[in-house]
Amino acid sequence: MLRRPFFWIIAAAIALFALAPHGEDVELRESLLLAAVYITLASNLNLMLGYAGYVNFGSIVFFGLGGYFCVYFMGSLGWALAPSLLVAGIAVSVAALVFGLGILRLRGVHFALATIGVNEAVMAFVTNFEPWGGSTGIYLSPELFQPLGGPAQALWIIYYLLVAIMGVSLYLSYFVKRSKFGLGLLSIGQNEDAAAVLGVPTPRYKALAYSASAFLPAIAGGLYFFKGAFVQPADAFDLTLSTEAIVITMLGGSGTIVGPALGAYLYEELRGWLLTSETFANFQLVVAGVLLLLIVQFAPDGLMGFFYRRWPRLRRWLE
Amino acid sequence: MLGLAASLLDGVLVGAVYGLAAMGITFIWGVMDVVNLTHGAMIVAGMFGVYLLVAATGVPAYTALLPILLGGFLAGVALYWIAIHRMIGRPPLMSLLSTFSVNLVLIGLGTAAWGTVLFNVSVSLPGFSLGRYTFPGTHIMAAVLTAAIAGALYLFLYRTRTGKAVRAVAANREAAELVGIPTTRILALSCGLGVALAAISGALIATLFPFTVLSGDAYQLKSFVVTVLGGMGNPTGALVAGIALGLLEGLITPFMPVSWTLVIEFVLFVIVLIAFPGGLLSVGQRRAVR
Repeated sequence: MLRRPFFWIIAAAIALFALAPHGEDVELRESLLLAAVYITLASNLNLMLGYAGYVNFGSIVFFGLGGYFCVYFMGSLGWALAPSLLVAGIAVSVAALVFGLGILRLRGVHFALATIGVNEAVMAFVTNFEPWGGSTGIYLSPELFQPLGGPAQALWIIYYLLVAIMGVSLYLSYFVKRSKFGLGLLSIGQNEDAAAVLGVPTPRYKALAYSASAFLPAIAGGLYFFKGAFVQPADAFDLTLSTEAIVITMLGGSGTIVGPALGAYLYEELRGWLLTSETFANFQLVVAGVLLLLIVQFAPDGLMGFFYRRWPRLRRWLE
Repeated sequence: MLGLAASLLDGVLVGAVYGLAAMGITFIWGVMDVVNLTHGAMIVAGMFGVYLLVAATGVPAYTALLPILLGGFLAGVALYWIAIHRMIGRPPLMSLLSTFSVNLVLIGLGTAAWGTVLFNVSVSLPGFSLGRYTFPGTHIMAAVLTAAIAGALYLFLYRTRTGKAVRAVAANREAAELVGIPTTRILALSCGLGVALAAISGALIATLFPFTVLSGDAYQLKSFVVTVLGGMGNPTGALVAGIALGLLEGLITPFMPVSWTLVIEFVLFVIVLIAFPGGLLSVGQRRAVR
């Protein structure tokens, strides 16, 4: 694995993220932080969407629930950051596994419908769930930043942790793709019946992929909402972020590893431009929708598909 | 006891409208195997259609239904050509993403235009009193209109030549093409009908409850629940299942805050999907559109 150039390409990307902003360069850091969150979400969504061919419209549930668990552990139970993040990730993964074992017996369209419902139902549940503050959410006291050396330093620590999570996401995508498990997922994506006949345990593999794709987004969500010191249902289960993860993955090229990262970077640039433009500031969803429609209709394999067709030798270097 | 009975009866009236909404989604699925994820947005379009028509012209809400039906049909035909035509026969993933992206555009435009504040359409219609309980006139009217529209759809499908062609395309698109049915036109027409059903149900819901631009998501989820209860692609099943869902809501409301209903409905949805993937009502029976 260490001999493959792609392993080192990922390492270089992580190093770039870690070293680029320093000192007072807060603006660049915030922009890269958002890009790291996008890459984490898109890479993990890609395990389902790109490998197994299952569209998960509710991937934001992992992110939001992770945020809720983490903020709850820290704010109400008084845990430190590290165990909160870890337990939040595990809790969301286990929930996803249990739920996945149930709904992943469903195929194709039925599964997609169930994932849309998950988001609505979890949001309705959290909005009514009093221990988590109902619709007003949970606020964290700024004192929780003290163990990390004050707010200013805590923001840097959160940034580096998010970059680490992004790196783990990319390596996870890579190792899964190279493994027997990944081969099974890719064969499910091509023809689920044939895969099952050839002995791929399809329901189990799908549930595992669903659960694995929950772990890192949940931790990223924990960090993200810890950073804001506030979590409420409308932010945690914002449809926009789920949507953006899908647009990013399809834009870069689903099923590839570079694709989601490339898509995330480009989308973050586009978003920055849209937010500053007076005409488009309110039309972010519209632009994302039009972009997705064009990709699906005319270029379903995204930018990486285009690059591979133009320069077939890229396949030797990139995944 | 009488309170519960009244609540149940009211649930049936409202449930009929849910059934009508679900008929829109199940009809499109039955004919072209596409899940229309613009469904929620089209329901909201119907709601705002009736709101704007009433505000602009002052006509009674029920007069506004006719232009909404027509507008919904045209929107559906446009949707077919924009998002669905190139997706027919491709993996379901593609048509899901394609209709989903149109949904984003519509919701994005809606939030930009109206924000997320509550709107409502006021209709004054005398209610029907039974002892201490009064059934709102709007609920009764909505159920009656639903029955009329469902009847019209039945007559269209089973008593007209075009309806027969729709059923033929649903049963086997290639064979229909071979015997000279213009399948593409039939698909576009079916998509128009499905969206018209969504829009008209949205308009009826607007006369019952207040709504926002984002209300579509909740009603879309209800439509999915109804659709899987009644069996995908089965309009009659959708109507019956819609009434069943209304009954359930009527049963829940006296005992629990209304905001919990969506959670309960979703749990029901997952259970039904897993236990009866063909729908509760169509166990051992093929799609009725076919």
